[in-house]
Amino acid sequence: MNPSAQALQATFGNAIGRVVDARGETIVYVSAAKVRDVLAWLKNTAAPGYDYLVDVTAVEYRDRERPLEVVWFLRSLASTQDLRIKVELDPRGELAVPSVVDLWAGANWLEREVYDMFGVTFTGHPDLRRILMWETYAEGYPLRKDFPLRGRFSRSEQVRQALNVNPEGHYSMEELAIAESYDELPAEMRDRLARGDRARIPNSE
Amino acid sequence: MKHVETVKGSDNWLTTKFTSLVNWAVNQSRANSLWPMPFGTACCAIEFMATAASRFDLARFGMERQAFSPRQSDVLICAGRLPFKLAPVIRRIYDQMPQPKWVISMGACASTGGIFDNYAMVQGIDTVVPVDVYVPGCPPRPEGLLYGILMLHKKIKGEDLFDPTLRDEHLLNDKGLRLEPEQIDEISEPFGNSVHQFRSA
Amino acid sequence: MSPRTVELSVATPGLDAQGNPIRVPIPTSPADVDPELGGEHLLINLGPQHPATHGVLRLVVELEGETVVRVIPHVGYLHSGFEKLGEYRHYNQIVPLTDRTDYLAPMSNNVGVVLAAEKLMGIEITPRCQVLRVIACEMSRIISHMVWLGTTSIDLGAFTPFLWAFQQRERIYNLQEMWTGARLTTSLTRVGGLMADVPDKFITDLREFTQTFPDTLDEIDRVLTRNGVWVGRTQNIGVLTAAEAINYSLSGPMLRASGVPWDLRKDKPYLGYETYDFDVPVGENGDVYDRFLVRLEECYQSNKILAQALDRLPEGPINVDDPRVILPPKSRAMNDMEAMIYHFKQVMEGVKAPVGEAYAGIENPKGELGNYFVSDGTAKPVRWRIRPPAFINLASISKMAEGHLLSDLIAINASVDIVMGEVDR
Repeated sequence: MNPSAQALQATFGNAIGRVVDARGETIVYVSAAKVRDVLAWLKNTAAPGYDYLVDVTAVEYRDRERPLEVVWFLRSLASTQDLRIKVELDPRGELAVPSVVDLWAGANWLEREVYDMFGVTFTGHPDLRRILMWETYAEGYPLRKDFPLRGRFSRSEQVRQALNVNPEGHYSMEELAIAESYDELPAEMRDRLARGDRARIPNSE
Repeated sequence: MKHVETVKGSDNWLTTKFTSLVNWAVNQSRANSLWPMPFGTACCAIEFMATAASRFDLARFGMERQAFSPRQSDVLICAGRLPFKLAPVIRRIYDQMPQPKWVISMGACASTGGIFDNYAMVQGIDTVVPVDVYVPGCPPRPEGLLYGILMLHKKIKGEDLFDPTLRDEHLLNDKGLRLEPEQIDEISEPFGNSVHQFRSA
Repeated sequence: MSPRTVELSVATPGLDAQGNPIRVPIPTSPADVDPELGGEHLLINLGPQHPATHGVLRLVVELEGETVVRVIPHVGYLHSGFEKLGEYRHYNQIVPLTDRTDYLAPMSNNVGVVLAAEKLMGIEITPRCQVLRVIACEMSRIISHMVWLGTTSIDLGAFTPFLWAFQQRERIYNLQEMWTGARLTTSLTRVGGLMADVPDKFITDLREFTQTFPDTLDEIDRVLTRNGVWVGRTQNIGVLTAAEAINYSLSGPMLRASGVPWDLRKDKPYLGYETYDFDVPVGENGDVYDRFLVRLEECYQSNKILAQALDRLPEGPINVDDPRVILPPKSRAMNDMEAMIYHFKQVMEGVKAPVGEAYAGIENPKGELGNYFVSDGTAKPVRWRIRPPAFINLASISKMAEGHLLSDLIAINASVDIVMGEVDR
């Protein structure tokens, strides 16, 4: 058992749920409201300090009754100890947890990936966009269990949507605003960007 | 030279059809100096690099110059899998290539989607661009790719330059597709082992 | 790391009155650029199809003159849905998928995924299997670093090391082919063991390789390490301090080049790495040059581990003695009723894992490759997560490239050692 688990229970009381210790790995369940405080405490105050973020991911179970879990893998480089923090979310409710990008810069892309694949929102993330799928991907969140393996649309529809993404759909809003290029865009395109209508697909209903 | 006959008694005369002579001359020179545009995406690109490197030496087949720019290339070699996110890219590269142009689909993923029969992958690049030679394998060995290139040579040498449809551009139709939707659905049907992968538990 | 001093400075245009080379200051930040020359910023799109992006990475670069103000990477152009496919496969069927994530080091990926599955199922592998897996991992490290050396030297204008590196790769490919039947998609491991034992000739050929391979490394060392162009284009480029490297969750050679002595083989040993005698090279400056030195030295060290592994390779079985996990040999499955039933059940139902989860990280050539399995008791995982080292390392490129020249961005991008199959999965 990782001694940090007891330290967490002593510090945060009932914000800490159950602690699982199996196969030499310690998993601590934390309430969603307190998870940011817990992670910040583990990084800055705890002894040993968990200075290295190994990974951020999410898990959804096949059993629809089980909650969706967001998982943080922490490591203390000095003591080579690992700790896993989990937050349980109701998959039918709002999926949101606080972002830790200001604690670990490496969390930036990892959180974007979880958002892209599971639809979990990280509040306070500086640039929460899809990362692996393109921005106007319309089929949903691929790693959710209700998402079919081959996607929701027919193959021809998938090919059509992929081939007909508008060119500016490949750029983020931030990039289009760089270097006055935003002002040079056609008025119609600027108008659509302002409305958030990024890339209309021709011939779609 | 199939259409050329020597006239008996004189070594200095040839009779042939003009079209055959033009076909022969142009196609020979085209086939023996192809400039490849390696569209390397995944594992096959590593085997493509191995083919181009010391041991297999692609330059032996007139491919000394790797173009890397679609505007100066003859043959698009799609080496690796093609996800939907990359489909508009290969389409644009194909459109940018000047005629005459050919396409080699290298590997199982480029040809059929391979083991990736899922939400992210184009099930064969022929739903996006026309393909001349398919090279099977996962990944094909360098010898396999070389064989595919030689097959393309053979195909080029057999082309009839006076065929008006030969250099058609195969543009996207008004639905924004290269083929009819039904054709794409049929090409993309699961086959082989992947028909069994519906169940996740 | 063995100390190496660099004596040559960057080639400069001419000599001054004292006969010393004239140094031309290179403006490294937008502030150094003469304001008179400042114009509007330029937006350049690099990739996804560009030979210097090592695959299908796309970088949107904001430039002031030739100085990079901001880099916005776009990934996902090779997203293949590995993790979703893993949920539809038995644990052993996942192994062929891992060949295709980091396709520069397939055998090491195979080892990583079965280590996680074995941790989940509580399986202890045999001593011979352990040593053979170490051989697989270190061979992978060498071929992966060889591709890195070759492609990076092409990016920076040197073609020769590419040809040398690929000659050595072909030698390892021959060995891989001898062992697994495939050059690249090896699918070497199985839960609880290996697909096959090594043939006798493999041992002699690998020993011959370990004796001659350092010659090539020496040659590359001679042509690059003290080369003026190479030094000028890599030193003080893309610097990350140790604190930044940790904050960005970097791993592998990227982390060690910044001066953090962290190597899973030493710090969280697996496969008995603690019993091998090898050094972990650590850089000092965290620039592109140090990353090159670290990777070059790692090749020497991997070679050393290979030689030790060959010396100690024990006799014995390669698979655990458990018919629920390991397929019986075909001859028994055809003649023995019990073996046939086990064979049938394993092929049809797969190996069932107990409820729970396991994470196993290994030191891949690119960094820490983590495999995280969550099981609900069936033969297919609920969730298979790959911790992709290249993806996480690549996220720091915006930080590294700020203020450098556009041509340095190519060197920085090369120094990350990305492989898009793993970045995008």
